[in-house]
Amino acid sequence: MSNLTLEAIELTRLFGGREAVKNVSFQLEKGEVLGFLGPNGAGKSTTMRMLTGNLAPSLGTVRICGIDMMENPKEAKALIGYLPEMRPIYKELTVDEFLTIAARLHKVPSKQINKAVEIAKQKCGLSHMSKRLIENLSNGYQQRVAIAQAIIHNPLVVILDEPTVGLDPIQIREIRALIREIGQKHSVILSTHILPEVEMVCDRVQIIDKGNLVFHGSIDELKQHRQGNKLMVGFAKAPALAALKDIEGVTKVEKAEDRMYRIHFKKKQSPAEAIVKLSVKNSWGLYQIAPDQTSLEDVFVQLTQMKPVN
Amino acid sequence: MIINIARKELKSLFASPMGWTILALLMALLGNFYLTGVNKYFEVMSGAVRPAERVGVTIFVGQTVFGIARYIMLFAVPLLTMRLISEERRNQTLPFLFSAPISLTEIVLGKFVGLIIFLSILIVYIFMMLITLNIWSDIDFGYLLANSFGLWLLLGSFSALGIYFSSLTKQPIIAAILSFISLFALIFLESMFASDPNHWFAYISLMKHFQSFSRGLIDTSDLIYFFLFIATFLTLTIRRLDAERLRG
Repeated sequence: MSNLTLEAIELTRLFGGREAVKNVSFQLEKGEVLGFLGPNGAGKSTTMRMLTGNLAPSLGTVRICGIDMMENPKEAKALIGYLPEMRPIYKELTVDEFLTIAARLHKVPSKQINKAVEIAKQKCGLSHMSKRLIENLSNGYQQRVAIAQAIIHNPLVVILDEPTVGLDPIQIREIRALIREIGQKHSVILSTHILPEVEMVCDRVQIIDKGNLVFHGSIDELKQHRQGNKLMVGFAKAPALAALKDIEGVTKVEKAEDRMYRIHFKKKQSPAEAIVKLSVKNSWGLYQIAPDQTSLEDVFVQLTQMKPVN
Repeated sequence: MIINIARKELKSLFASPMGWTILALLMALLGNFYLTGVNKYFEVMSGAVRPAERVGVTIFVGQTVFGIARYIMLFAVPLLTMRLISEERRNQTLPFLFSAPISLTEIVLGKFVGLIIFLSILIVYIFMMLITLNIWSDIDFGYLLANSFGLWLLLGSFSALGIYFSSLTKQPIIAAILSFISLFALIFLESMFASDPNHWFAYISLMKHFQSFSRGLIDTSDLIYFFLFIATFLTLTIRRLDAERLRG
């Protein structure tokens, strides 16, 4: 048996002739956390709704562990836990009542329902809120209830649409830890706007823009995009640009701000050591040398303005 | 699975004061009509000298209570059905049901069954209230059973139509108004065609088919009418929800 838990094959969704999602294909393996990034209105939520069977794709197929979502929706949906963007919680019920209903609807055997509810509450830090009305809980706790609802039946694939919205920093850390924990045994798809979150939690990233998949790769690939081959160097007594450019491996030197230089170099030929040596020899007064990192935001902007990869 | 959805609906109804209040109000109203019926019975019957003018207490009181019950329910059922789907749509809780391993048919039937169970409580109460007449008189149980069964079918039809209108909109109030107007029309179609009782339009009227039950008669053609009415609107509801999944 293959390890593929989720396959999306050439998903396309039209809304009144406009393509909200165009020809998106990807796969997810067991034990993987996939980060799904994209600007507002890029088609993240639409894709997730198609993956969970809430929306029928205009073209293409979704398979959960080999089960076709269109042909056998019940069997496929039983393997999925879904947290939509707007949390689907019945506010007039208590946490226990709601989670019991969620477990029942997801076909947890009746003898195991109490246990499943307990485990879900414990994982989401809700144990002390059991008897409270969901309506009276704070925003963050309501979000936890919504997450608990998605994982109560121990699904193979968990799909979370912006799970950390509305949480405080401590809760965000707890939820990230929870996502990593689920991701070890099952597969998780996670959409978010928060870029560092992706780096912290996900194994793989894909970026969608205007319905097209513009980047698809491991988190290391994204980091490479991020680091680039650049050094940021600061001198107290600035040398001539030509002197820097003559160093082996250097392709381009830019003057950044006050006495700072951005030095581009050839791949795997970092001139850092040479610069330090020269600086000592010529007393340029080197006070800073560091790899120049493009922020994730910049990478994101770059990628979303590029042409689609597929 | 249908029963699990029905349990969820009942839980929501009784989790807020809504369910309790509606039951209490309806029972207070109908109880009042029951008392008036009993009082009136003695007034009218003491005036009725000839045997032909005399009616049994079951029919007299039963007609008063069941006669008014269907009009009261004309207002009450749309208020109960309006929230079933449109409120879930407004609160964005439908994805919770749609992403669970249950079919649309099960969801709609579950919601319908949940509401029917709630309304059955009311019908059982009405029935129990009327059989208290048996304490001091000898009543016709068959008549009461046929009437209760007829009311049950009538309320089932009201609910099916209400659920359909609830699936059309996001605003519960609009759903309530739409279902009230259409039920009102369906009930009074018959009186509009009073001059021509055999017109096919009059045949659609819900009330026409309730009448045989209110005489204590269970007619299979009426049974089939109610069954088809309910099945039609539930199917339309399922189709409507399916269209939403396809069109988005």
